[in-house]
Amino acid sequence: MSDSPTFVLDGHDVPFEPGQTILQAALAAGHYVPYLCFHHEFKPHGSCKVCTVKLNGRTATSCTTPAHAGDEVLSNVPEIQELRRNLVQFLFTEGNHFCPSCEQSGNCTLQAVGYELGVTTGHYNPLFPNRPVDASHPDVLVDFNRCILCELCVRASSLVDKKNVFALSGRGITKHLIVNAESGRLADTNLDPEDKAMSVCPVGAILHKRRGFRTPIGQRTYDEHPIREVAVRPHDEEKP
Amino acid sequence: MHGDLSAILAHHRYESLRLVQILRDVMAAHGYVAPATITHLAEALNLPRAQVEGVVGFYSFFASEPRGRFRVLFSDNVTDQMGGSAELRARMLDAFRIGLGEVSRDGLVSVDLTSCTGLCDQGPAMLVNDRAIARLTPARIGAISSLIRGGSPVDQWPENLFVIQSHLEKKDRLLSTTPAPGEAVDAAMARGAAGMLAEIKASNLRGRGGGGFPTGTKWEACAGAPGPERIVVCNADEGEPGTFKDRELLAHYADLVLDGMTVAAFAIGAQRGFFYLRGEYPFLIAPLQAALADRRAKGLLGTAIRGAAGFDFDIELHVGAGAYVCGEESALIESLEGKRGIPRSRPPYPVTNGYLQKPTVVNNVETLACAALVAIHGAAWFREVGTAKSAGTKLHSVSGDVARPGIYEYPFGVPVRRILEDCGAKDTQAVQVGGPSGTLLTAGELDRRLAMEDVPTAGALMVFDRTRDMLDVAFNFARFFAHESCGFCTPCRVGTTLVKHMMARLAEGKGSRRDAKDVARVARLMKATSHCGLGTTAGNPILDTLEKFEPAFVRRLPSLDFVPSFDLDEALAPAREATGRDDAGAHLDEENS
Repeated sequence: MSDSPTFVLDGHDVPFEPGQTILQAALAAGHYVPYLCFHHEFKPHGSCKVCTVKLNGRTATSCTTPAHAGDEVLSNVPEIQELRRNLVQFLFTEGNHFCPSCEQSGNCTLQAVGYELGVTTGHYNPLFPNRPVDASHPDVLVDFNRCILCELCVRASSLVDKKNVFALSGRGITKHLIVNAESGRLADTNLDPEDKAMSVCPVGAILHKRRGFRTPIGQRTYDEHPIREVAVRPHDEEKP
Repeated sequence: MHGDLSAILAHHRYESLRLVQILRDVMAAHGYVAPATITHLAEALNLPRAQVEGVVGFYSFFASEPRGRFRVLFSDNVTDQMGGSAELRARMLDAFRIGLGEVSRDGLVSVDLTSCTGLCDQGPAMLVNDRAIARLTPARIGAISSLIRGGSPVDQWPENLFVIQSHLEKKDRLLSTTPAPGEAVDAAMARGAAGMLAEIKASNLRGRGGGGFPTGTKWEACAGAPGPERIVVCNADEGEPGTFKDRELLAHYADLVLDGMTVAAFAIGAQRGFFYLRGEYPFLIAPLQAALADRRAKGLLGTAIRGAAGFDFDIELHVGAGAYVCGEESALIESLEGKRGIPRSRPPYPVTNGYLQKPTVVNNVETLACAALVAIHGAAWFREVGTAKSAGTKLHSVSGDVARPGIYEYPFGVPVRRILEDCGAKDTQAVQVGGPSGTLLTAGELDRRLAMEDVPTAGALMVFDRTRDMLDVAFNFARFFAHESCGFCTPCRVGTTLVKHMMARLAEGKGSRRDAKDVARVARLMKATSHCGLGTTAGNPILDTLEKFEPAFVRRLPSLDFVPSFDLDEALAPAREATGRDDAGAHLDEENS
């Protein structure tokens, strides 16, 4: 640790390896910074903006901003937490996130980050998207109305599975997840339930069929430990 | 159908990088890109099908469902609106008995909106298939409707419909220049590459597209970046509403701009050039192709330019497909690579990792024209006018409530008042400088100066007199940003749409104090956390209007205390429909609602 350069996060010295971003270094050092679209196995792309921090007086996306020695980073401060709260409210407003009836409740990162930030309502008039659920696949169900457009399934399917099952179409508020088939149906793709793309969805958009409520609500990952503890566990330990 | 697809694909050498160009040709041939066509293109180009579908879904000029054989798009800039565009649109929709966004039952015509088409000095304007029509009047709408009914192709319509006028109202150093094609290239070669680079740095030339980044710094970084090939891109994706200076530069000074590109290529050692022209300027495609061919014939493009061994440079024309965000340089590069126009995460910057990750300089049309002048006349001449931080002159596209809309050129530092006097503005209430993403000035701020030191500008000046309601103006800009957000990051994707909805409520007189407070909250969030300049500036017109024209907001609030954020009676409509009732008992009466 003594040889590594460091930056300061909320008053703590955080060591980093050259090439690491602020978020990567913070998590590795055990400091939680809220995020949604980041995943330690993939190159960060910085779309959800929930990991926004104050870097040397200006807002910055911590997952994509390389760490520099001597940086002053503020994360757990009221001004930044308020921005994050508002961003999470945007996501609850944009999609249909009815936690009590969702199979992912308790394992859902959006829900957990919402609790972490003290989000009690969506605040804005909900947009109530009305996209048909795709239940065509024998083992997989996709509810496009719960997608938060983090692109983790897109990245996993392309980079790990080498299948490109998922992609994005539309733009602005009409941006949405699509699947790689002329019919638009998941059954007509080569998705396998064991694909990496099946295990990275942070919300309840991509689900395995016939596994519903196998773990009772109340005993799930974020029911037992808040996300600020789960997110900084070493990567070989199990995460949802 | 696959026969002509093969011809289109062959014309583009089956290059997946040319996907946006290929889709433009498919749209022209078929009117839409059918699901089977997407599958065919993906197989032929060896791309994932979903990727091709994603590109079709991104650009507003592409459609995956049939549109009308005649696709009418009304320009929806605020200047079109002020010129009576809504009434003209209604007239046309009535003529064909269709709604906005719909296709007529016989498949003949569809009518929709598009963002500013850059004809603000001669609006209201529209695009029909691939042609632009300006100066719309009720008579012209009648004539166009008859032509559509007649069914003859747009190319056979009377040519006078498609005339684009020029209004070069005030010329200074740039517009009064008449160098011969190649003069700037010769001058640059006489200076040598290092000398030319030094001259650009010394000129203090800054980017004219709005960012104001020093051009010399950009060129130098690119010249010094490792890699065997370097790229020069001319950004002619002039999408900022109210801006049309590049249109005029390209119509009358194309060789000066192409000289500027060649000068840049010489200075940084680039071999390839791309000219990215916005899809809203179809009338410039043929003249630009002709100018490029002419330069090849003259030895100003190609191998051994002007006989200098090793000076090889050529320029490829790319045409956009309706996406404002592609004016952002890294999104433009994505589009050049045939992808969705999503701005990249930076660093790295295009000067080191641009087109196909190669070192790339992206410069605005006007910047390149200025660079050509620096090559000819030198840095000292260039800096003679302007301010300390903003050297040279600037073109301003002036539109709105003025007697003589058009292009006005002044040295940097000109007070806004001077421009308003010259263009014949009367009873001015406000001026939007630099387009919706710029700055809104009140009548009390007209002595402010246009330069980096005071009010920076991308070169648009939209003028509003005292008859205009500034809330309508802000609502128009809110619609623009919601339509043009690429959707990559949460704040801009969701924020621009929430602002649009809240501004709609406020404009309809159904808004509440909370809406007015919330639009400001959203605007500040977008500014603080968005991924690119589109999102960080999308809230500017809202915050400026709230700060400087608050009465425009308050005037339309139905009550100063509590207003429900939805219409209670309207909320009962689905229940009425389900029960088949529409009697008085199924409605809330006015006093109770």
